[in-house]
Amino acid sequence: MQVTNKLTPFFENLNFDRDDNTMVINFGPQHPSAHGQLRLVLELDGEQVVKAYPDIGYLHRGIEKMAENMTYNEFLPTTDRLDYMAATSNNYAYALAVEKLLDIEAPRRAQVIRTMLLELNRILGHLFFIATHALDVGAMSVFLYAFREREFALDLMEDYCGARLTHSAVRIGGVPLDLPDNWLENVASFCDKVDYEIDHTYNPLLQENRIWKMRLEDVGIISAEDALSWGCSGIMLRGSGINYDIRKEEPYELYSELDFDIPVSDRCDSYGRYRLYIEEMKQSTRIIRQLVPMYAETSPELMAHAPQYISAPKEEIMTQNYSLMQHFVLVTQGMRPPKGEVYVPTESSKGELGFYIKSEGEPYAYRLKCRAPSFFHTGLLQEILVGTYIADVVTIIGSTNIVFGEVDR
Amino acid sequence: MAQHQVNYASSAGLPIALTSVDKLVNWGRSNSLWPLTYGLACCAIEMMASGASRYDFDRMGTIFRASPRQADVMILAGTLSKKHAEFARRLYDQMTEPKWVISMGSCANTGGMFNTYATVQGVDRIIPVDIYLPGCAPRPETLQYALMMLQTKIRRESADMKKNTKQDLTVQTGRRARLI
Amino acid sequence: MRKYVPKDSVQAKSYYTDRFWVAPRVPRLTVEDEHFLSVLDALGDDSKESYIEVGQLVIHIEATDNLRIIKKLKEECGYTQCSEQSAVDYLAQDGEFELFYQLLNINEAKRIRVVCRIKDGQAIESIHPLYKSANFAEREMFDMFGIKVNNHPFLKRILMPDDWEGNPLLKTYPLEGDEFASWYEVDKIFGKEYRDIIGPEIRDPAHIDREDSKRFSRVGYEVPFGSEVAEAKSEQEIEYSKTLLVNYNSKKSKILDERR
Repeated sequence: MQVTNKLTPFFENLNFDRDDNTMVINFGPQHPSAHGQLRLVLELDGEQVVKAYPDIGYLHRGIEKMAENMTYNEFLPTTDRLDYMAATSNNYAYALAVEKLLDIEAPRRAQVIRTMLLELNRILGHLFFIATHALDVGAMSVFLYAFREREFALDLMEDYCGARLTHSAVRIGGVPLDLPDNWLENVASFCDKVDYEIDHTYNPLLQENRIWKMRLEDVGIISAEDALSWGCSGIMLRGSGINYDIRKEEPYELYSELDFDIPVSDRCDSYGRYRLYIEEMKQSTRIIRQLVPMYAETSPELMAHAPQYISAPKEEIMTQNYSLMQHFVLVTQGMRPPKGEVYVPTESSKGELGFYIKSEGEPYAYRLKCRAPSFFHTGLLQEILVGTYIADVVTIIGSTNIVFGEVDR
Repeated sequence: MAQHQVNYASSAGLPIALTSVDKLVNWGRSNSLWPLTYGLACCAIEMMASGASRYDFDRMGTIFRASPRQADVMILAGTLSKKHAEFARRLYDQMTEPKWVISMGSCANTGGMFNTYATVQGVDRIIPVDIYLPGCAPRPETLQYALMMLQTKIRRESADMKKNTKQDLTVQTGRRARLI
Repeated sequence: MRKYVPKDSVQAKSYYTDRFWVAPRVPRLTVEDEHFLSVLDALGDDSKESYIEVGQLVIHIEATDNLRIIKKLKEECGYTQCSEQSAVDYLAQDGEFELFYQLLNINEAKRIRVVCRIKDGQAIESIHPLYKSANFAEREMFDMFGIKVNNHPFLKRILMPDDWEGNPLLKTYPLEGDEFASWYEVDKIFGKEYRDIIGPEIRDPAHIDREDSKRFSRVGYEVPFGSEVAEAKSEQEIEYSKTLLVNYNSKKSKILDERR
């Protein structure tokens, strides 16, 4: 009853039996622990990997091409689909790049809200990392616990913007909405919950767990030179002993006013990186706690005042003629940023997420390049997988924390 | 304690339930639908969430399988790119009969917001789809509802797969012919 | 008349631009920062043009010297990471590609962008010996723009399939793909003879199939699920609103009657 199709057997181009006693196996593109659609072609000598060849592009959706054919505001929801574990960090990175191009700054209240959302999304991304990494290594229960906490964070995001996964909670020039009632109390209690669960659930389950340590310690070692040369960023860089966090070194938003630490590990292995993820979640809750009192001191403006580029608030559009005209032009034609190019890096939960925008003064970007951290971390796989055992391959892929929405774009 | 002993052979006969084979088989099929974890993009996260603690898919007899040989339902969650289309068809062919397909999310239904050169404009161009699930991304409740709809659909079908004309490639009169 | 679309760029265009509108430019500042001045000193005549744009130093160089100059930047000025590199298509305007390398100095927390231009068809030297991140980045550039990279260890398509035709990020490549792209998966899985059966892609987001009785759009006919619309019209006609669908021919009219 099957419809016949023309697909030839898949392995015809791969040599199975070779003279030199190695075997080629194919991993993916649909594999439950490939974190999406990674295809790895591994050449094995016994159980050891001799050569690894990551093949990507199975989720290529043409997002950069779409950016050239959409106005700046239209493109913003598309950035949600880059790193879909923590969508607001992509929205923010894009919005910040456009704001730098326009030379505007979001008002203070918007900055407080944005920073809170960014840190909340960092917790979301890190919880997801711990859930899937533990699941890949074989600890199923951690997955269930981490998703429980993730649901609480998603509830907070849903309260704020109405969406669970694809938030679009940041606009160019500010944020669209003020915080709903009781959100600050809820976020504070969520922080307490995360801290409590880290100390009472994740650390007891994983940190000193014998199996967990045996699977992770001294697996996937990345030297500092390699990490720099391969373009690693975020935790992949700090896990190799290089203290570089864009939030500290090139501060954006409110990070220069906040008090937080950057955990660094010089173990260079998967276990060190796992510890960094846990530590960063604690730092994120610390940042959110500092931001809660800052919110009350701000005035209620949410969007930057730049009539040439950004629509006035809804109230003004409804009452003032000029605001309505300007809103109409901005919606139908789109904003026209000045000519020029800009590259703005931000620290997302995966690493350095940057947007390069080349504008020719048209409402459509002439070129938009998304610098995705996972793209470079995937490239690294072809080097660090060589010499490891096949059982460790999944651990190493898991600890790089790649997400294919932004690898393939 | 009273000692009751029922002699089935002599008194009332064996306890029996009358049903049709169709109903019995479909009852079995519909209540243990094992989906293939086919997470492609953003919707995969919601698919995982529906399997995790809050939404708990296991109570519906739904346990995610990693191998197409063990799966009954293929939940295509996310954007199917043209490079990947070949593998989706391959996995579908590897699943054993009877098999059903849920297309989860706008991207899988119609290409959604990704109206570009690299995206398959609806997975029904290459795979026959039973349930289309709208949303970007659909909530876990939506996925569970889709599974319940699929269960009702299975219960309506004939247990004899030959009677279900699902996998005939037919030409239709409309502009868009499709695999049904 | 069909709308005119220029062949060399199919990017979306603004439908209206004021006659007297001149796009302003992001200010390009002279270099005053101490670190950036030392970088410029180290480069000397190699930098053709340099300025600060949005906090980052931009250096224009000759494309043929890229490996030598970037090596100097890496070894003498401490730019140990190449965080991004790609190209911009200026074929329509100048017949050139603009390439940029985004470098990062970890110790000083400074970023510079090295920009060079190559002609269409000209190859560029790989910087893979300096930065291994160039391995994937240059492959992506080759895939998306068709720019050849000399001495790259493994120059092959990365995001698109190996048997793909065309380079998607060129301005001449339409967003929705060309003829080859629209039939790619059908040709590959079923073969070309199934093109007629499966039919063309529907790119119109508002498309409604009136005769589709299986999916979302049962418009106009109420038929049982899955039945052929053409043969199985329901017995009961659907009542349309009388005020909306007025048959003007059936009404009596003096002038029309005379004409008839």
